[in-house]
Amino acid sequence: MKVRIKFAKYGTMKYIGHLDMMRFFQKAVRRAGIDVKYSEGFSPHQIMSFAAPLGVGLESTGEYMDLEVLTMTSPQEMMQMLNQVMVEGVEILSVTVLPDHAKNAMASVAAASYRLQSKTGSYPVDNLAGKLQNFLAQDTIPYTKETKKSVVELDLKQGIYALEAEKEGTIRMMVNASSGGNLKPGMIMEQFGRFVGTEIPPSAYQITKLETYTDLAGASSDGQHSFVPLDAVAECS
Amino acid sequence: MHIQEYAGTASNIHVEVTMRKTALREEILLKVEKPARYIGNEVNSVVKDKSAVAVRFAMCFPDVYEIGMSHLGIQILYSLFNSWEDVWCERVYSPWVDLDRIMREEKIPLFALESQEPVKEMDFLGITLQYEMCYTNILQILDLAQIPLLAAERGEDMPIVIGGGPCTYNPEPIADFFDLFYIGEGETQYRRLLDWYLANKAKGGSRKDFLRGAAQIPGIYVPQFYEETYREDGTILSRRKQYDDLPDQIRKEIVTDMTSVHYPLKPVVPFIKVTQDRVVLEIQRGCIRGCRFCQAGQIYRPVRERDVDKLKEYAVEMLKNTGHEEISLSSLSSSDYSRLDELLDFLIEDCGQKHTNISLPSLRIDAFSLDVMSKVQDVKKSSLTFAPEAGSQRLRDVINKGLTEEVILKGAALAFEGGWTRVKLYFMLGLPTETEEDIRGIGELSNKIAATFFETVPKEKRVNGKVQIVASTSFFIPKPFTPFQWAPMCTKETFLEKAYQTKQGIMQQLNQKSIKYNWHEADVSVLEGVFARGDRRVAKVILEAYRRGCLFDAWSEYYKNDVWMSCFEDCGVDIGFYTTRERADNELFPWDFLDCGVTKQFLLREWKKAQEGVVSPNCKAQCQGCGAGSFQCGICPSAS
Repeated sequence: MKVRIKFAKYGTMKYIGHLDMMRFFQKAVRRAGIDVKYSEGFSPHQIMSFAAPLGVGLESTGEYMDLEVLTMTSPQEMMQMLNQVMVEGVEILSVTVLPDHAKNAMASVAAASYRLQSKTGSYPVDNLAGKLQNFLAQDTIPYTKETKKSVVELDLKQGIYALEAEKEGTIRMMVNASSGGNLKPGMIMEQFGRFVGTEIPPSAYQITKLETYTDLAGASSDGQHSFVPLDAVAECS
Repeated sequence: MHIQEYAGTASNIHVEVTMRKTALREEILLKVEKPARYIGNEVNSVVKDKSAVAVRFAMCFPDVYEIGMSHLGIQILYSLFNSWEDVWCERVYSPWVDLDRIMREEKIPLFALESQEPVKEMDFLGITLQYEMCYTNILQILDLAQIPLLAAERGEDMPIVIGGGPCTYNPEPIADFFDLFYIGEGETQYRRLLDWYLANKAKGGSRKDFLRGAAQIPGIYVPQFYEETYREDGTILSRRKQYDDLPDQIRKEIVTDMTSVHYPLKPVVPFIKVTQDRVVLEIQRGCIRGCRFCQAGQIYRPVRERDVDKLKEYAVEMLKNTGHEEISLSSLSSSDYSRLDELLDFLIEDCGQKHTNISLPSLRIDAFSLDVMSKVQDVKKSSLTFAPEAGSQRLRDVINKGLTEEVILKGAALAFEGGWTRVKLYFMLGLPTETEEDIRGIGELSNKIAATFFETVPKEKRVNGKVQIVASTSFFIPKPFTPFQWAPMCTKETFLEKAYQTKQGIMQQLNQKSIKYNWHEADVSVLEGVFARGDRRVAKVILEAYRRGCLFDAWSEYYKNDVWMSCFEDCGVDIGFYTTRERADNELFPWDFLDCGVTKQFLLREWKKAQEGVVSPNCKAQCQGCGAGSFQCGICPSAS
């Protein structure tokens, strides 16, 4: 039986990297006494998979992992058992039983929403809301993504589903987070900075991932999306 | 596009908490390697209300987090201290070089992990001394903590700096940096020491009053109250004490009942991968073997076992409390634990059900241990380890290593039949009385083991057609409280010559293609030799080396031999005096004022027997009257 676990990660835990979070959860599952399923072979491991790695420094209220269990009483009880063995900064928000045919968490990810909170309480941009609208109103938003191995030309516009100033000092966005087209909030802020002619360094704001979404419309639908949170799959299917 | 949903979900979940503070600001934490080293918050770490405790204790391992977190001793004391309601014990490790630089530039005071508050605000700073090459790191800790490096310069408001661990069996080279040393096992006298601290504070006593009283507590050594005087030839003439009521001898502290003593059932579980990332079950203390080069084999006497039922209980409890996927046994010689079969059977049975790995300590290779190993590890991937320590039987008799060639070859044959194809061999070079023939013996023994493989395993059964033997040598360093404390150590040049001879010896063997040879750095061994048997005059060299940038000397990439050598020269301290010099039988050693149970007469007797190549039976076979019987516990005949 597969369950999808939603959790939040915040505070000092934002300094813990993805691989260490996986190790943390493997040990937590054992501490909680969950009847988890192990793989076969000489060094069996828990059958556990994460939706998407969260970068070091980011907080989140919408992280997901899938876990295969042999037996369980109820999702509520499993959530309780896990929360009893967490540390400050990691909190289990929900446990959902997945239907048998559900895609795994990683393959399901289509989009993510973020809140970018300025550390000083405001961004160095006049009329932030209007500028964000103008930024998004462009036909294309070209961006050059440089990695160690390659340089790729992207059009950010394709992957930005929403971008708005929630209030002074708070930007919200919803962007593509699929394995093929993942956009990082920092890329958008970098380009927005260029657009308004003011550099907004990543150290100026705290990023919180609010939610991770899957797309019920699938890839076939011509640009029409139907995003729902990753743990809504159970109810929707 | 369901933008409402996106907005809606986000506002439903709103995590707002009073966040743990960090001593380092975000910008720094995101810049340094592995920020998890510095944030605390690990599972089972203990956070208390500081206003509700009377004593704050910072417990430090002066090396990087991953090394320090792997140390059992600190976990024991951390758990014991925190079991006391009025004490809050926190952890401190050496900031890695990247953070070290930032903390110096920005004058950020060193902090303890749990509270993230400065170490200098604590009542105590305890530093465990596990190896000599951490000595400059002690100074880093004090320096970053903004505590004066010299004990004599510390004011009333500074923490009391305590040293503990094996290196305190010759604390003299670092005596100037510590207010006091705790000699022996920590479980027994710390409560008394802390109670005295509180009592002294309550009556308005000074730092010095505290130290005066502490010096009366068993196992506590306050170096500033003593002074060494020297002869013209540099050897020690005498030790003077400042007050008549101070003890002349400091006797080590020891736990007499291993079964009822505190054990950390909820050890701290690190977020990042550390060296010892598993549950550690200490099955016994001490060793019956009496290898003459081994300090641990003498200073932890007598052997004391922990009850097997207690260990089973601990194993289950600790795995549950940590979630670790692996458990290992800790002791100096696990094969000598009387209930090993029963314990391993239990662990294999219990852990097997819970998908827990068992990592086996170095066991004597025999049918039983091979059977156990084949049950818990992938034979194809694992290797077997033998530690003959010397290449010839003659030299093995000198060092009292009771491992014969016959036993090694028999064990190897059994292992090869069981499917193992990789063997590791550990030797030492530069042992007392060593000859070229003994060195040739290293190659010859390695060759015989390879030959055993080809004789034992028929061609069609050889997995990759070959056997891999890795012979490693380290350089012998004479240590205090061993029969070899009188022995001259080799020079760097002699060491390297011996390593060259070993290599040549291996190259001449028929099966040389199956043998790989590794040897240890010689530079650092020389330095370790100075610290091991040094006296108070060595302190200024350590201080100078630290001031010139030496740090993390145990890490070969940071070890600066040229800086060290120029410090010795500039301080006028002769390396040879401490290393290559032969000591007279009646020389007064810097550590002679310590009493670890084992007497100097016994050690001298063993030194003479070594030179004659006469072996001594182990404690189980026949008591050698070493002196540890005076503790009246463990295996000693006088105990029962």
